[in-house]
Amino acid sequence: MLIFSRYNSNRRMNYLQQVLFFIAVGVTAWYITRRVQLISRAIKLGRAENRTDHPDERLRTMLLVAFGQKKMFTNPLVGIMHFVIYLGFIIINIEILEIILDGILGTHRLFAPYITAVYPFLIGVFEILAAGVLIVCVGFLARRFIARVSRLQASRHRELRGWPVSDATIILVAEIILMIAFLTWNAADSALRDRGVGHYAEAPVGDFLISQYLKPLFAGFSNSALVAYERGAWWIHILGIMAFAVYVTYSKHLHIALGFPNVYFSDLQPKGEMQNMPEITKEVQLALGLPLTTGADGSQANDNGEQPVEATSGEIGRFGAKDVYDLKWINLMNAYSCTECGRCTAACPANITGKKLSPRKIMMDTRDRLEDIQRGWKEHGNDHKDDKSLLGDYITVEEINACTTCQACVTACPVNINPLDIILQLRRYRVMEEAQAPGSWNAMFSNIENNMAPWKFSPSDRFNWAEQVNEPVSTK
Amino acid sequence: MEATAENVYKVPTMADMAAAGEEPEILFWVGCAGSFDDRYKRVTIAFVRILNHVGIKFAVLGPEEACTGDPARRAGNEFLFQMQAMANIQVLNGYNVKKIVTACPHCFNTLKNEYPELGGEYEVVHHSQFLQGLINEGRVRVKDGESFKGRRITFHDSCYLGRANKIYEAPREVLAALDADLVEMKRSRTNGLCCGAGGAQYFKEPEPGNKDVNVERVQEAIGTGADTIAVACPFCMTMMSDGVKNQNREDAVKVYDISELIARGEGL
Repeated sequence: MLIFSRYNSNRRMNYLQQVLFFIAVGVTAWYITRRVQLISRAIKLGRAENRTDHPDERLRTMLLVAFGQKKMFTNPLVGIMHFVIYLGFIIINIEILEIILDGILGTHRLFAPYITAVYPFLIGVFEILAAGVLIVCVGFLARRFIARVSRLQASRHRELRGWPVSDATIILVAEIILMIAFLTWNAADSALRDRGVGHYAEAPVGDFLISQYLKPLFAGFSNSALVAYERGAWWIHILGIMAFAVYVTYSKHLHIALGFPNVYFSDLQPKGEMQNMPEITKEVQLALGLPLTTGADGSQANDNGEQPVEATSGEIGRFGAKDVYDLKWINLMNAYSCTECGRCTAACPANITGKKLSPRKIMMDTRDRLEDIQRGWKEHGNDHKDDKSLLGDYITVEEINACTTCQACVTACPVNINPLDIILQLRRYRVMEEAQAPGSWNAMFSNIENNMAPWKFSPSDRFNWAEQVNEPVSTK
Repeated sequence: MEATAENVYKVPTMADMAAAGEEPEILFWVGCAGSFDDRYKRVTIAFVRILNHVGIKFAVLGPEEACTGDPARRAGNEFLFQMQAMANIQVLNGYNVKKIVTACPHCFNTLKNEYPELGGEYEVVHHSQFLQGLINEGRVRVKDGESFKGRRITFHDSCYLGRANKIYEAPREVLAALDADLVEMKRSRTNGLCCGAGGAQYFKEPEPGNKDVNVERVQEAIGTGADTIAVACPFCMTMMSDGVKNQNREDAVKVYDISELIARGEGL
């Protein structure tokens, strides 16, 4: 191939770079594969539930909410800013393909000779996006640290203290460094071409849209210093991307991958509908002497294909959820898809009025619990179970009891995460397994049971209001 | 009740109807608040007067009605919820009920979304949708009674009507018929702030915090300059009324259900 004939004096250097690159790709792939396996094993700790129904509606939702980022545009400015990063991420990755192939084959701008006509245009588009991503990341840092947007402040939200704030900052700074590396790499490359240095001069391309204005930065560089910078920036960019890809699997930033399936598998039923518990239907039907509509083992799947606890967990099922094992797998995927933006918490009436409940914390706690379980696997073997539980050791009763079930958190989430579903499952455990409802709830329960109303009125007085229907309207 | 001049409004029960071999067009599900809460009974009565006024053949369950189980379910007591639901479904199916209207968004949500899986399949409408239909059909004109011209009304979205079931416009269109000034709070429709009562919060003290949710919401409502806070939910009604009292504004700001406003506009 023509491409390989270019190398002579630098051949040994190139081989070394190729070998290093190969190792880097291998290490990255190994780490990511291991993390994907661990995370998917963690998500599968949840109860089985079929979420492949209504594929058309699911696909439509995913196109609109995940690909189209519909809910991000609730705040148009932030929506546009986020869209720039998103587009940059997706489109600049096309360029990554060339960079990776260059790295493996030891070539330089592999695609340029084949698509000479459109190559500068493509790189121009990548550069516009790179500049856009850079500007937006600076803007996002400013929102966090200068404008101090409330939902992003650890001083206001205890769940953000420590690692979550660093995580967010690391991601933004890393993206800024990557974009600077990409733009200055192009500029150094163009400068080398201008000077007619080695193989750089052979690439059939000219200047690029934005990086051409960065060339003066390198005016004082010797040729060898410029080559060193070009190589350095290239390596920083590509190694940075690989490191970032591994980092993402440990970070809140995993939403860039899981956001899509998370939206695809999100709830389709009206937000007000609480999921039925078929295992209880069976017991109630027995208690009331009604014919059973579920199988004798309570195993009939409902509309959502939900399997009762007994059928899936292999142990005696419990009512509601005490730990992540009792939640559904989608709740756990939700936890890994959460990027801690806090739109849920900013909309939560309990949180707004100073209660301890924060829907974001519910998701972060669920994820922390899963990560701790993984740590246990690593330290004590894959069958290890510790004696902690999600309710109690991570999420407190005070938090779940403060929820008004208003669905503001569910509505606010840009990737259709449902913190409410977890809260309600924890409440079910608390009330049905531990019988630990607040006293006034117990009073309400007994009123419903005995008086058919949540208050202590006689059921025979229920229709008394009708006697007043012809009285003059009180103007009080 | 006898049909005398004083007794122009009637409230037939399903039992009466069944005894007479009749079936109503629609069942009015009154709900516990509508049956027992002194303030909210006035809403029930206003809605019954409208039903009488337009001549719809309706009935109520009367003493046979029981809590839908919503607060028990949201508090985590699924057993109690399902006991209530099964018993109610037996009654409703026993009367061959097809269509239900209710003023309570919690009853509405439970009957509409949660009873079908337990064997109770009905067409369920909220009274805001029902009133909207009557207004659109010209059966309610809101011309013959009190004038609301020049009044400022703000509508507080109920979570179980709005976010839970995406009913945002019906109550607003009902209010639009009053010819008053409708003003929106900053947090409205999908962003509407809860009154603080949902999820069985109504039945216990709130967790420690720095403010009550209803106070936060009422301050926002008062901030619009409205003299009337319109609601479409019995629990919002109580929470908003308590909030107005907390702010010592009960002389200047009134809380009404949309059906009360329509009944007054219609001169009922």
